[in-house]
Amino acid sequence: MTDDPTSVVTVSLTIDGQAVEVPEGTSIHKACKSAGIDTPTLCWAENLTPVNVCRVCVVEVEGQRALVPSCARPAEEGMVVETDSERVKHSRKMVLEFLGSGVDLDQAPELQKWMDHYGSDTSRYDQYELPALRMGETPKIQDNLYIRDYDRCVLCYKCVEACGDDAQHTYAIAVSGRGFDARISTEFDVTLPDSACVYCGNCIGVCPTGAIQFKTEYDLRQEDDWRPEDQDVTRTVCSYCGVGCNLELHTQDDKIVKVTSPADHSVTSGMLCIKGRFGWQYVQPVDAPTRKA
Amino acid sequence: MADLYISEETADDIEMAAVDAVLDGRFVVVRESERLIRAGTSARHGHRHLLLPALHALQNAKGWISPGGLNYVCETLQVPPAEAYGVATFYDLFRVEEPMQFGDVTHVCVDAACQIAGAADRIAELKAQGLNVHESPCLGQCERANDVTGEVAVFVQSVGGPDSVAADDTPYELFHQKGDESLRLLKRIGVVDPTSLDSYLAHCGYESLTAAIEMGAEAVCTAVADSGLSGRGGAAFPTGIKWRAVAAEQGCPKHVVANCDESEPGTFKDRVVMENDPFAVIEALTIAGFATGAENGWIYIRGEYPLATARLQNAIDQALDAGLLGDDAAGSGHRFHIEIRRGAGAYICGEETALFASLEGFRGEPRSKPPFPTTHGLFQEPTAINNPETLLNVLDIVQIGADGYRSRGSERSPGTKLLCLSGRVAKPGVYEVEFGTTLGEVLELAGGLTGSGELNAVLMGGAAGSFVDRRYLDMPITLEDARERGTTLGSGVVMAFTDEIDLVDVLVRISQFFSDESCGQCVPCRVGCVRQNETMVVLQEKGSLTSERRQLVNDIAQVMVDASICGFGHTATNAINSAIKLGLVPGVPS
Repeated sequence: MTDDPTSVVTVSLTIDGQAVEVPEGTSIHKACKSAGIDTPTLCWAENLTPVNVCRVCVVEVEGQRALVPSCARPAEEGMVVETDSERVKHSRKMVLEFLGSGVDLDQAPELQKWMDHYGSDTSRYDQYELPALRMGETPKIQDNLYIRDYDRCVLCYKCVEACGDDAQHTYAIAVSGRGFDARISTEFDVTLPDSACVYCGNCIGVCPTGAIQFKTEYDLRQEDDWRPEDQDVTRTVCSYCGVGCNLELHTQDDKIVKVTSPADHSVTSGMLCIKGRFGWQYVQPVDAPTRKA
Repeated sequence: MADLYISEETADDIEMAAVDAVLDGRFVVVRESERLIRAGTSARHGHRHLLLPALHALQNAKGWISPGGLNYVCETLQVPPAEAYGVATFYDLFRVEEPMQFGDVTHVCVDAACQIAGAADRIAELKAQGLNVHESPCLGQCERANDVTGEVAVFVQSVGGPDSVAADDTPYELFHQKGDESLRLLKRIGVVDPTSLDSYLAHCGYESLTAAIEMGAEAVCTAVADSGLSGRGGAAFPTGIKWRAVAAEQGCPKHVVANCDESEPGTFKDRVVMENDPFAVIEALTIAGFATGAENGWIYIRGEYPLATARLQNAIDQALDAGLLGDDAAGSGHRFHIEIRRGAGAYICGEETALFASLEGFRGEPRSKPPFPTTHGLFQEPTAINNPETLLNVLDIVQIGADGYRSRGSERSPGTKLLCLSGRVAKPGVYEVEFGTTLGEVLELAGGLTGSGELNAVLMGGAAGSFVDRRYLDMPITLEDARERGTTLGSGVVMAFTDEIDLVDVLVRISQFFSDESCGQCVPCRVGCVRQNETMVVLQEKGSLTSERRQLVNDIAQVMVDASICGFGHTATNAINSAIKLGLVPGVPS
């Protein structure tokens, strides 16, 4: 210990044979990043508490029988970590394969990239006459702001966290059911307008697979007109109140199609309220407002 | 959460009365005519553990949990309705849709022991009688399964009245070692009156607690550590290390929990003990509290054990009246109270961290370890958690000392072990054997095989355990021998299968069990269990597996063992893979 109160206690560990030093309390995942090692993640996000349920970020730690989730496990002094061993590669491949075998991952390009990387082959499950799928549920469209398409849900718990303790404290949705039948749901599956939902849209912001998305995005995708490559992102400050939330306006053909906030922004941590998230119609009125005489 | 959103549906008088009765004034919100008095965050957190009992009350009152009933509970305990709904839908014994058929639900076991005794026929019969039948995972009454009479395990979930199981006679008649002088753990079974403290005292009851108090807490922990006692739930963790770790924690509330969520298919030893010698469990738990310095004792018992629950509650009440529990338990100067919590039909809640989550009023999803329960257990406070069999051993250890205890069993597996004999044996039941007895001797103890077939396989340790074949009959029942020969004692299941039984049918059921019971939290287990079940169904239909599917069986097993969060996923592929490796599955190369 030094007398300097600003000094940081660090731990030294070995990742893939490389010596790494990080501040105490840093996750293995972050330590990997600092060593230039890219790790796939799904249920982890920098603005949410790790729940370590997806298991796609697992690494092998010497002396541990099972693989450990790198997102949640702090790096320890002397730890020897392998991120590319046969066991790690197998687990990552299988986890992605399992997800791809039952969930629609068309709108999760990041995951597809990792599936290619690890050689996940979902066709192995096509051989069953009736593979258990989540697919076939009708998207829940209950208002004009956002939709929930649970065919795409990987049960990463992110939306539940954003709705609850990690951001909004609204608790409109939770995981219900058990096992393969578990679903994100309101109480008794009531519609969002009948639930505690306040339409902050923070669930949309954290969803990694498009299971929850803006109605504008959904409609464009239905028309086969969703073109991310043609979209501009403009950073601005929300005009509704004095908090200073930064917004990222995603525009396509000069129309706002989606609003996000940077996860690392000091004010929002990526979270917004209904006004910042959805209150942009005044910028681009579809029809000129009319006033009755 | 003062602005908790609750819909307009309201509870009726029956529901409110049922909830009020279990909450017993422990409300977070109090109504005084028009006035609402709402307590703060700390009270809300402090009362969350009442959610499970409140949901039980609603289920029992109406046969389902209605939106109005759920709202009442949520408002009273200040729990968000979506979360409470998530909790309710986690458990098999709770319904959130109004049942088509009002009234009692008859749960009939379809797991291995009952499956091979003809559960399917029994279910058809009961359905034909017009009963509302629900196919249930193992109900922990495997000694009742009988392929000759067709009897299988049944549990009746009642509406308005108490739940029930096959009425156990007193004394219990399915215990075959009654009066055996060499018994340590089961010496009172069938001898003592399980409903009477006086009878328990007349059979040396509470002599161990007296001895423990004389020894002092530290000496008890030392004796338990020196005895070499290890957990009997399956993981075999040294009990002394666990207790010492909790005893060393200072300055915060501490807990001891009896893990009575005995749900491993084929396991019923703890039920037999709790039903027939409940005071012993209470006494042993009190010693655990005394030794670790924990003031809070909890019993988490599976919902399908109503008789055991009633007997334990009766034992607690009598012990409290006699001053053996309470603010000065048995004159020890140590405050110790015990509260019982009923599970609601979820195998996973036998996993210790899932049990904590369930007891705390959350979904029974396991937590990542580390941190371990000895520092972050129930309510994130230091906790020692043991199952009844492990606790019972302590009664002897404090009386005869570590050396006396070690006079039986092997060096690395001292003492005796409770085994649950079932399947095709003549006298199924719980048996207490000295560690070192061979598997063959154990089967003989249970009267040998029944039926005309030859022994084909024995399931050791339950669905999460593994199969062995005739070559293992000479294996001594010890932790070290089991480990060395690639099997496990698990929770003490020894289930015999003769070659008349189609093992593939059993494997399909085992894989279905895991697929039904996975909590669904982590991907390897949630999806892996389902995919494993699919391969078994394909095997059953086609009679063999292609090499691609055979590879898949291995791939699924490896990711589940490597990457699942808890022991459920780590062991869910064991039984199937062990059967394949032993060449017990025709059509699948080992």
